[in-house]
Amino acid sequence: MVRWSAGGDMKCRKCNKPAVINLRQHKMALCAAHFLDWIPDQTQRFIKKYQMFTPHDKILVAVSGGKDSLSVWDILLRLGYQADALTIQLGIDEGLNYSVESHRCIEKHIRDFHPQAVLHTIDVKEIYGASIPEVALRSTRGRDKPCSVCGLVKRHEMNRIAHELGYQVLVTGHNLDDEAAVLWGNTLNWQMQYLARQAPVLPADQPGLARKVKPLFRFYEREMAAYALLRGIDYIYDECPFAAGATSLQYKELLNQLEANSPGAKMQFYVRFLQAKEKGLFNLADEEAQTLNECERCGQPTSAQGLCAFCRLWNNDPLPEIIPLEVIEER
Amino acid sequence: MIKVAYRDKKWEVPGQIAVRDLIIKVGLSPEAVLAVRKGQLVLDSEVLGDDDEIKLIAVISGG
Ligand code: SF4
Ligand SMILES: [Zn+2]
Ligand SMILES: [Zn+2]
Repeated sequence: MVRWSAGGDMKCRKCNKPAVINLRQHKMALCAAHFLDWIPDQTQRFIKKYQMFTPHDKILVAVSGGKDSLSVWDILLRLGYQADALTIQLGIDEGLNYSVESHRCIEKHIRDFHPQAVLHTIDVKEIYGASIPEVALRSTRGRDKPCSVCGLVKRHEMNRIAHELGYQVLVTGHNLDDEAAVLWGNTLNWQMQYLARQAPVLPADQPGLARKVKPLFRFYEREMAAYALLRGIDYIYDECPFAAGATSLQYKELLNQLEANSPGAKMQFYVRFLQAKEKGLFNLADEEAQTLNECERCGQPTSAQGLCAFCRLWNNDPLPEIIPLEVIEER
Repeated sequence: MIKVAYRDKKWEVPGQIAVRDLIIKVGLSPEAVLAVRKGQLVLDSEVLGDDDEIKLIAVISGG
């Protein structure tokens, strides 16, 4: 049987050895070693370009055990940033031991790659007395699917922990596919306020709260999976059992159909949105931006009067109607 | 036949065929999976022969 030599007919752009991945949107193929360097190099470039943080900042990375969050943490540590991690135990089991498995991957990652790294773990059930699926069942919002409750709790707890422990920057592992899917959803519905707020760097909502940044926002999901694979990161492969049927997954599929026919379509959709914003396209929405109040119980910013959505959750009141689309983003 | 595995699915596809075409043939998106042979990443353009065994890894995962 005739077979092409390993790596097919493509050579690494940097060293001319057989390539293992072809990045069609960049018209560039790379070998494993150069791909594993290219990812942190590019990350560093965008950290600088978007002024995400400096080596002096204390950074908190939200890790779930998935490929993106473990990889972004790995990359920031490789780049020499002061990056600690936070994981929120959600108590999702559904017969798959999802949360337990996720935690096992995080601990293995620390042992394998960064034994000195700092991980903060909080357990929602331990602190608040109910797991995510349990509290979702009690609220009107989460009866069929715990995702909006889950997103709400994760956002609130990330803000709280970053504030309490004195981190200036909160990092999440969102990649370009995540961002493009959210953008697609926001555009389909012309959600002006969300469009105005969607960005790889979000300034703190309030003095004392951490800035939110997404250092992987220029990488395709496929690139991040390849990074985890080539680097040997053992991540949780199966989706959260509640992710099935999420609209964000449908949007990702649609965007991938576009991408298959015209390489770079996904990237342009998102990057040109950011460029248009820089030129003022969505400035209008600023005027409509809601003024935020301080929650009476926890002090975090909220558009509601009195208690924020998170605090109402535990008071067993119905959740307010508006749950930001960021719920998709937080997935 | 090329043996192809993806999550709990399995296919057998006749060689020779490029990885990218194979992915499309089994009904998946080339943007949404990576092809792995013997634990090594395989280029989309590589042409596979009948004795190859390929694992397709979903790139969309995690919670
Ligand atoms: S899919 Fe994501 S948001 Fe929904 S319950 Fe699972 S982890 Fe939470
Ligand atoms: Zn190379
Ligand atoms: Zn509150």
